[in-house]
Amino acid sequence: MGGLIPGASTFAGPIDSLFMIVLVVTGVAFVLVEGVLVYFLVRYRHREGGKATYTHGNRRVELAWTIVPGLMLFWLAVYQYNTWINAKIFLPGSSEALTVDVSANQFEWQVTYPGPDGLLDSPDDIKAPINLLHFPVDRPVIIRLTSVDVLHSFFIPALRVKQDAVPGRQVTFWFEAIEPGEYELACAELCGLGHYRMRGQVTLESQAEFDAWLADVAARSQ
Amino acid sequence: MTHVHEIDQQLEMAPAPELSFLRKYVFSTDHKVIGKQFLFSSLIFFMFGGLLALLMRTQLAWPWQEIPILGKYIYGSTGNILAPEGYPALVTMHGTIMIFFFIIPVLSGAFGNFLIPLMIGARDMAFPRLNMLSYWFMVPAFLVMLAGFFVEGGTAAAGWTSYVPLSALSDMIPGSGLGQTLWIISLVLVGTSSTMGAINYITTIVMMRAEGMHMFRLPMTLWALFITAILVLLATPVLTSALLLLLFDRTIGTSFFLPEGGGNPLMWQHLFWFYSHPAVYIMILPAMGMASDMISCFSRKPLFGYKPMVYSIMAIAGLGFIVWGHHMFQSGMNPVLGITFMTSTMMIALPSAIKTFNWLATLWQGQIQLTAPMLNALAFVSTFVIGGLSGVFAAATPVDIFLHDTFWIVGHIHYVLFGGSLFGVFGAVQYWFPKMFGRMMSESWGKVHFVLTFVTFNLVFFPMFLLGANGMPRRIADPYNYTYLQNLQGLNQFMTISAYVLALAQVVLIANFFVSLFRGQRAVDNPWNANTLEWATTSPPPLENFHKVPMVYRGPYEYSSPQAEEDWLPQNRELLPAPAD
Repeated sequence: MGGLIPGASTFAGPIDSLFMIVLVVTGVAFVLVEGVLVYFLVRYRHREGGKATYTHGNRRVELAWTIVPGLMLFWLAVYQYNTWINAKIFLPGSSEALTVDVSANQFEWQVTYPGPDGLLDSPDDIKAPINLLHFPVDRPVIIRLTSVDVLHSFFIPALRVKQDAVPGRQVTFWFEAIEPGEYELACAELCGLGHYRMRGQVTLESQAEFDAWLADVAARSQ
Repeated sequence: MTHVHEIDQQLEMAPAPELSFLRKYVFSTDHKVIGKQFLFSSLIFFMFGGLLALLMRTQLAWPWQEIPILGKYIYGSTGNILAPEGYPALVTMHGTIMIFFFIIPVLSGAFGNFLIPLMIGARDMAFPRLNMLSYWFMVPAFLVMLAGFFVEGGTAAAGWTSYVPLSALSDMIPGSGLGQTLWIISLVLVGTSSTMGAINYITTIVMMRAEGMHMFRLPMTLWALFITAILVLLATPVLTSALLLLLFDRTIGTSFFLPEGGGNPLMWQHLFWFYSHPAVYIMILPAMGMASDMISCFSRKPLFGYKPMVYSIMAIAGLGFIVWGHHMFQSGMNPVLGITFMTSTMMIALPSAIKTFNWLATLWQGQIQLTAPMLNALAFVSTFVIGGLSGVFAAATPVDIFLHDTFWIVGHIHYVLFGGSLFGVFGAVQYWFPKMFGRMMSESWGKVHFVLTFVTFNLVFFPMFLLGANGMPRRIADPYNYTYLQNLQGLNQFMTISAYVLALAQVVLIANFFVSLFRGQRAVDNPWNANTLEWATTSPPPLENFHKVPMVYRGPYEYSSPQAEEDWLPQNRELLPAPAD
């Protein structure tokens, strides 16, 4: 282990390796700093008749430990840009993606799927049962997220997605699932007394299984 | 400068009039009394905020279980157990009380007030009556905030962050009724108090330094308090404005933040965090300054890199104004801002890293005395490092997609606030107690408190990084409602039990404090052989601070100087040239 919980989307690989890189860099810094601290406390413990070294500083050393960490931190930031851009700025084309609406309210998730015409905001849209979310694997899914009352946040840990749902706005984001299975959706923004139970059941499945499920939902709602 | 000496002479001639009990101890304009008032109120609120945390930890370990014996007193009105809306209320009040009624007042209000005039060689603050007013604005703030516990719907429950619309619409959670209004009013009063204090501190430090006390001879405690005061002055008005706009949205039908009327919920977040990010530096910088002074004193060595340390504090403060968006990466704000705020946030780690290296270099080749204050100052450094490093993960915007609003963040903030600021406070209390009260605290009980606190603190808060990495969100009253979190209950129980022991360990400090107040060994002027000006007067100081205003001849860190036989050389000691033979 040593990292995040198992991932189920194309984001998981890049995000998890960035977590690892930060872990290694900060881990090395941690061991060095704390190690030196403990060593100094032992080595330079007050001794009878001992004298401390009278010095106010060292310009070269200051420059070194300013420039080196500075460059490392800047590099660490820049290194993350592409993964962020891909996750939150880029959107896949709507022709290959499945676009769904997700609406959050106190304290449930409502997904609306496009009907046979393949478009949202049309009369044949299919509303899923409350708190049930199905997505096909190996195909980009675009989510148009909003809230009808207070802030909520759409968090599926396994997919490495999190997006706040804001009333009065529609925020669009995407993911591509790769690992079929049963997962959970949690609300990740305090939304009231039911915040703890705003749980969604997420099923990732093949396109065929997804189509069958959606047809079944549509039929039941007639 | 001559003006000060003239006033000095007048004081020498006229005896001070005898003040009534009320004027001396309650409505005092003496910065030392006001500092102690802040100290005592802050410590009371610390205990209350801590109790709220214990209730939260109990819920996370054993959700919805009745607490034995005490349950009916605490949760009597909701059937002896915590109600679902109770957990958000606990979370909100714990954060609010710890931030606004403990950490900020104890650092700036208590230590700022007590130390600034003494450390610069002044007789009081520039504006003593404004100073008194700044404390007395806190008292109604306390009462209004506490009133929330007794009104219908209870206290505010929208988080200390008070995000809109949850905090704006009274039917969204019970606490968003009268409780939220009281919360807003209380914080407006707190902000006013802070701003008054900031005006006083800045003016005093700029205008009232004793002769010879050049800015670059100020101890780091004062540089930190000075820059913190500038942060308070610039940032607090933004919070106060946001609070007023929220109050208007709640009461008179405006729509600054409410979408129905064309407002934007994200605007609240921008305004709130524009203040609250500098606020976290308001909560750490004074502790950094005090730690620098303690580490130098107890290493018997000059502070390594004094000017870089000062410039680092300035850099932290300056950069602190351009990172606020890192609290909003997943908020729905323009994701391009994720790039800019990530970059500035990564860079703000740099000045803190520089300070850490300079603290280590101060210890290097020193003669380290592991007194209780020093142990706490060292704990500050070691846990602040963990807090800072854990922040790098959250600054990494793609990683933040996972970590935002999980317990990773709770672990991060408590390592910097408890590990950082609070250990700094523990050290500062024990270091300056002799000067404040004229008695020594018990050194051995100080060490017992330190060991218990340091161990249990890490046992409570380090696992939070594991919880976060497992995707456990914050502010969830019952995490085990989620299948993927059910295996974390054991760890949560371990953390809760550690938290009980951590709380009990604080009883040791409180007992040490109060017993020493009455029965501690009488303190000499300078029990630590330290160099700064507050040690150049009696413990406690007389009303006018110094019988004779000191002259300053050098910086504050001349420990183990070749110019002196002892390993310390006070700022105000004049070194006379050796007589010619």
